[in-house]
Amino acid sequence: MNIKHPFIAEILTVIVLVAAPFVLPHLGFSLTTVDRILIWGLFGLGFDLLFGYIGLLSFGQSAFFGTGGMFAAYLLTEADFPYVLTSIVIGAGVSGLVGYLVGLIALRRTGIYFAMITVAIAEVFFFVEFNPLSAFTGGENGLPGVPTPSFNLGSTKLNFDTDLSMYAFLAFWYFVGLVVALRIVRSPVGAIFRALRDNPLRASALGHNIHGYKLTAFVVAAVYAGFAGGLLAVMQGFMPPDAFMFDTSGQLVMQTAIGGAGTLFGPLVGAIVWLYLSDFLQNALHLGATWKLVLGLVFVLLVCFLRRGIVGAIIDLYQLATGRRMTPEPIETTEPIAPPAATTKVQAPPRPAERTPTPILEATGLTKRYGGLLANSDIDFVVNHGEMRGIIGPNGAGKSTFFKMLTCETAPTSGRIIFEGKDITGMSVADVCQLGLTKSYQINQLFDRLTVRQNLRAAALSKIRGKFKLDLFRSLDSVPGLDDHVDQTLALVNLTERPNTPVSELAYGEKRRLEIGLALATEPSLLLLDEPLAGMSPGERVETVALLKSIAGGRTMIIIDHDMDSLFELVEKVTVLQEGRVLVEGTPEEIKINPKVQEAYLGGVHGEAA
Amino acid sequence: MVNWQAFISQCFNGLVLGALLALISSGLTIIYGTLGVLNLAHGAMFMLGGYAGWVAYAYSGSFILAVVAGSLFVMLVGVLMERLIIRHFYTRPNEDQLLVTFGLGIVFVEAVRFFFGSLSKTVTPPISGITSLGFMVYPTYRLALLGLVTVALLVLYFVLYRTRIGMIVRAGIEDSVMVESLGIDVYKIFMLVFGIGAVAAGFAGIVNAPVVSISPDVGESILVQAFVVVVIGGVGSFPGAVLGGLIAGEIISITSMFNPGYAYVMLFVAMTLVLVIRPYGLLGVAGRE
Repeated sequence: MNIKHPFIAEILTVIVLVAAPFVLPHLGFSLTTVDRILIWGLFGLGFDLLFGYIGLLSFGQSAFFGTGGMFAAYLLTEADFPYVLTSIVIGAGVSGLVGYLVGLIALRRTGIYFAMITVAIAEVFFFVEFNPLSAFTGGENGLPGVPTPSFNLGSTKLNFDTDLSMYAFLAFWYFVGLVVALRIVRSPVGAIFRALRDNPLRASALGHNIHGYKLTAFVVAAVYAGFAGGLLAVMQGFMPPDAFMFDTSGQLVMQTAIGGAGTLFGPLVGAIVWLYLSDFLQNALHLGATWKLVLGLVFVLLVCFLRRGIVGAIIDLYQLATGRRMTPEPIETTEPIAPPAATTKVQAPPRPAERTPTPILEATGLTKRYGGLLANSDIDFVVNHGEMRGIIGPNGAGKSTFFKMLTCETAPTSGRIIFEGKDITGMSVADVCQLGLTKSYQINQLFDRLTVRQNLRAAALSKIRGKFKLDLFRSLDSVPGLDDHVDQTLALVNLTERPNTPVSELAYGEKRRLEIGLALATEPSLLLLDEPLAGMSPGERVETVALLKSIAGGRTMIIIDHDMDSLFELVEKVTVLQEGRVLVEGTPEEIKINPKVQEAYLGGVHGEAA
Repeated sequence: MVNWQAFISQCFNGLVLGALLALISSGLTIIYGTLGVLNLAHGAMFMLGGYAGWVAYAYSGSFILAVVAGSLFVMLVGVLMERLIIRHFYTRPNEDQLLVTFGLGIVFVEAVRFFFGSLSKTVTPPISGITSLGFMVYPTYRLALLGLVTVALLVLYFVLYRTRIGMIVRAGIEDSVMVESLGIDVYKIFMLVFGIGAVAAGFAGIVNAPVVSISPDVGESILVQAFVVVVIGGVGSFPGAVLGGLIAGEIISITSMFNPGYAYVMLFVAMTLVLVIRPYGLLGVAGRE
């Protein structure tokens, strides 16, 4: 991920893998231990994609490790299938298929529910392996007699039956697994994975099918697990039933956390620490079964004090030593930085801007009821192409609820929403965004752990690639038009100088602009802005109003805000909501002098300062 | 074809197991609901309860004393765990909380293995013999067990629904930020809740010890079953945990009558059905992850 040396990770890995069998035995590792480390590392690559990159902590990976290994072992022993590698691949495929089916259930929920469901599912696999399927799996005996791989290369036969050749076989497949994982991480899908981990709601609102991407990661992790399981059977010549045990899942989780999640190398480093310590504690210190107690304590301390694991700590140290971060803010000297307001030349509006009086959005009878509370009641609302509409109303008038229904974040209790002639009532928020309707949020919904550019990329990818696409092996840099698109949006929201700053380091006003930028990057034909000026200083307000004017250029926008002076300056027509109903609609001039509006804000029974 | 006598007896076993699971899962769900922490060491609490009771029983010879001493011990472990470690994890991501409680669970299990060995210990039931219920005969201690667990559940119900602390806990499950802004020291409450939750599992571990022998790993399968119970009943719901516990207990017992190997499969089928039909659990509330 270092820009200067794009393949540094791969090259270093090759060097280490080649050197390992000659160096490690001198450090007290047997070659078998090294083999096991590689298998755990490969198993962990898939798990890290799921846990480290998407944030889905599965305690059920043993199910896939066992399934893949058992299937391959069954083919090679009971079924007398002669091709070792093919069997492993088939096992991994079956594991992926099982992962797909399990994922359909487990991914119905996230967070701790997901963790609990995966534990339960893995336990089911364990029992199924031991009882109903024991005729195929050997029950508690496992499947012995798994052959070592050999390949007929015409004249010569390639056998992997010695310690060193077996190591070479495993190292090769670890390397393949690493290259594949690195490609996934660097692909558009990888970029969406990270966005999804930080803020799944926003990722979905930006038009990504987050369930599809989660399922993708789950299946990929299952394939890795299944492949590693097959390698285990071949390496040991025996498929152990305890691969299915909860301990297997637990060990994988612990190794990944020790090594550092979200680094891909974490699981491998964790496995080195784990297996070395377990050998050392048992053989050198003669601790017997107590080794696990020691490792458990080490693990708890690591989780408490070393949040990002060993690899994470190394990265942090490296950054500390070399100055702030890996990718310092590049000083773009190639072109003079455009003055903030000079954004007019940028980017033609996505749709033809001619002011046709055709409606882009029509809501009829929109009603939302929360229990006894009527948030919105029978709202009829029409906005034409190219219009700039303002919505005002006292606090609690139902403005935000109204926006949520328009973007399909919440379903209306009754009523219909027609967008561009299409009934979107009941559609998903991602689909609506793909159709060209999205909003910027009242409270920032950003991808906090990512940089400004990564944020905008996540949004632009939805426009360029659509709701769901499995371009797992395409480089993010080769997505046509992505960087142009991001640069244009950066210019639009005046963040050109801050592309590589993490969101957490932005000033509030900058975050606010990025919030609008995320919505803009999906190139909506109708953009909803929920209180874009909220919490801004007077100076920032002036700046943002100028920004909104500059991006208006033909876009259709609906803006909610309490700052009426600014709003009336921007829009042509204003809708006033009060207590969930449309109070009145008209030009800013009409609204200013309307007695009903004045009463709603200043006097009357429900007087409430805006 | 079906032996009705055996069937009824098995249903009764399911009731006993269900009540136990209800108690254990209540502890898990109260802790999660209030603190937002899923305690993966909850199974270890069950196991610790069994061992603490076994030690106290061996020294004192009084089962009642063993139950009291064991409960207090597990409560102490729970409170210390919250004070020393869990408290620092409230602001950290969910995954870190899972990792640290998982690690603590292993430490507890391995510490017990270190002191007491891997071999299972048996606790002789304080009451032996069988009782005739008219329609069937049933081991007397199991009846007593059912009674003890029911009493424990009632006490828990009383604490949660009839006391000031319980009211704060239930309010905290709804909205802990709001409770804190009302000027209530939630951290003190958190410590107490963790202790109560741990006791629910620990108590179950002691009273169940005479029925099954105890070993360091006894908590693992209990934890998995408690997860299924919580998913079925709905996270953060005490009535959900009771209902889910009874359902899970009956499923396990009745399936085991035909083929024990399928007990988990059926449990899993039930969980999947609930997830498909009511994703937030039978008595759960939407929006709580």
